[in-house]
Amino acid sequence: MSTPSPKGQLTRDEVAHLAHLSRLAVSDEELDLFAGQLAAVLDAVAQVGKADVADVTPTTHAVPMTNVMRPDVARPSLPRDVVLAGAPAAEDDRFRVPRILGEEA
Amino acid sequence: MSADVTSSSAADLSSALQSGELSSVEVTRAYLDAIAAQDESIGAYLHVDADAALTAAGEIDAARAKGEELGPLAGVPMALKDVVVTEGVPTTSGSKILEGWRPPYDATLAARLKAAGTVLLGKTNMDEFAMGSSTENSAYKVTRNPWDTDRIPGGSSGGSSAAVAAGLAPWAIGTDTGGSIRQPAAVTGLVGHKPTYGSVSRYGLIAFSSSLDQAGPMTRTVLDAALLHEAIAGHDPMDSTSIDSPVPLLTEAARRGAEGDLSGLKVGVVTELGGDGHAGGYDAGVLERVAEAVALLESMGAEVRQVSCPAFDLALPAYYLIAPSEASSNLARFDGVRFGLRVGDDGSRDLDEVMAMTREQGFGPEVKRRIILGTYALSSGYYEAYYGQAQKVRTLITRDFTTAWDDVDVLVSPTSPTVAWNIGDRVDDPVAMYAADLCTLPASLAGVPAISVPCGLSEGLPVGFQVMAPALADDRCYRVAAALEAAQDAARGHALLAGIGTKENTPS
Repeated sequence: MSTPSPKGQLTRDEVAHLAHLSRLAVSDEELDLFAGQLAAVLDAVAQVGKADVADVTPTTHAVPMTNVMRPDVARPSLPRDVVLAGAPAAEDDRFRVPRILGEEA
Repeated sequence: MSADVTSSSAADLSSALQSGELSSVEVTRAYLDAIAAQDESIGAYLHVDADAALTAAGEIDAARAKGEELGPLAGVPMALKDVVVTEGVPTTSGSKILEGWRPPYDATLAARLKAAGTVLLGKTNMDEFAMGSSTENSAYKVTRNPWDTDRIPGGSSGGSSAAVAAGLAPWAIGTDTGGSIRQPAAVTGLVGHKPTYGSVSRYGLIAFSSSLDQAGPMTRTVLDAALLHEAIAGHDPMDSTSIDSPVPLLTEAARRGAEGDLSGLKVGVVTELGGDGHAGGYDAGVLERVAEAVALLESMGAEVRQVSCPAFDLALPAYYLIAPSEASSNLARFDGVRFGLRVGDDGSRDLDEVMAMTREQGFGPEVKRRIILGTYALSSGYYEAYYGQAQKVRTLITRDFTTAWDDVDVLVSPTSPTVAWNIGDRVDDPVAMYAADLCTLPASLAGVPAISVPCGLSEGLPVGFQVMAPALADDRCYRVAAALEAAQDAARGHALLAGIGTKENTPS
C-alpha cells in the first residue's frame, strides 16, 4: 500500500483499498462497520509484536513439508459434463466467463 | 426402543447391528424421525435426504442378511459437517456462495465412511467457511444448544455438536482449525478430538486455513470418538500434508484408559490457560470443574505438576493473523467461474466486476472481515510485522510444547474459558468471539492432537476438559479422556448427556 498508517491502525480508505484488492464490492455501510471492527481486531493481533523472536525461524506447517511426487502416469479425471454441471455458466463444453478486458471486444 | 436408539453410543449401535438385534433401517429411521420431530427447534442440519439414507441402510441390511462380511461401522448412521465435500449431496460450507452446489466427488474421509458402510443422515450447519465459534456466522440459520435453546452450540462445528447432543445423529464429523471440534463439543457435553495435523486427510474438505485444518470425531463417548477416528485416519496420497505412518491403536487406548489406572502418567496443567495470574476471562465454574478433573486424574495414579508455556499467551494474536492470511488466499477460488454463485453477469460488466459483486453477495461479514485482514497481513510493508511475526510466534509455541514433553506425557487445560453463551451476545464483537478459542489455539498452531471430554456442569451447562499430547500420540488423549469419563460416569451414576433437558440441569 502506498501510505502505510501507524501500526495498529486501519483507516476506512485502507479497508476500501484492501476490499478492492480482495475483489469484494463492499458497501459504504460495511466500510464503516468493518473499519471499526478491524481496528479492534488489529489492536489485538498486533500483540504478536511483543514476542522476542531474535533467531527464531518461522513455522509455515506443523509437519515437515516435502515435495510429494507420483509416477507420471495419466489417470482418469472427472468427466467434463459432470464438472460443468456445477458451473454458474457454461457454453460449448467450457466455463463461460465475463469479458476480461476493460474495453468492448 | 427408538428413544434408546437415539441416546445409545455408536459402539452399542454397532453391537446391536452385528448381533441382529437392530437393523440399519430401524436405527436410521429412528434418527430420521427424531430429526423430523426436533430439528426445527435445534437447527442442526442444512440438508437431510431421508430416502437416500433409508436406501443406504436397506442395502447394508440386505448385505448382512446375505452373510457378506461387513465392518463394525456398517449400518451405523452419521452426520457430516457441511464443509466435507460429498458426491451428489449439496455442500455449502455454510456459505451462500456455494448454495445449490452438488460436488462431483467425495472427500477422502466421506469415501472412507461410505466404504465402511456408515449411513449418511445429512450435512450439518456451521459457521460460514468454518469461521466462528458459535455457528451464528452460518449464512443459512441459527443452531441452538440442546442444553438450553437460547444458547449457542459452539462453532464452527455447531450443527454437528447440536445434532449429536440432541440425539439427531449418533455421532458426527467436525473440522477444527482453531478449536472448531473441541469448543462445540465442550459446550454441548460431547467428546471431540482434533487429530494430529496431517493424520486425517484434508482432501475434499473445503479449505479455510490449510496449515491448520483437521477433521475429527464428535461423539457421545470417548470410545466412539476412537472408533470414528480410526475409520477416517491414515495416509492419503491425495493430500500433500498427509502423514505416512501407522495410526495409533486408539480404541485400545480408550478401553485401557476406562480401566482407570493412570499410574506412571505425567500430567502437566498449563498455567497460561486459566492458571494463577491467567484466570481473567474464565468462568469460575469452568476452573472449578477442571480442577476437580485434575484431582480425579491424580486419584487414578497420575502425577500432576504445573507447566508454564509462556508463548501460549500469544497464540490468539498469532492465530488470528495466520488463519485469515491463509483464508484470504484459499477463498480466492470462489470467483464465480467454476462453481456456485455468479452475480451481475449481464454482458455489461467485466470479470473483475462480476467477481467483486459475486463475492460481495456470496460471503457474509465475518468471511469478508477475515479476507480483508488476511490481505492486509500479507501485503507488502506489513508482511514481516504481522504474518511473518505470527509464524515466528508459532515456532515459539511449538518450542513450549517440545520443552513440556521432556517432563510430562500430556498437557491439560479447560477447553474453552466459558460455558455456552446466549445467542447474539458476541455476534457484533469479533474480538470477544475469538476469545472462545483461547485454550484450543496452541495445539492447533503446533499441530498436536487434543481432545475435549466433558468434566461436569457449571450453571447447568457442560464444561470441557482438554487433553493435549505430542504429535502422533493421539492415543494418550484417548487414554486420559476415557479414564476421566469412566470415573465421572461412575461417580454420577450416568453419562453427562443423560442429564440433558432434565429439570435439575435447566439453567435458571
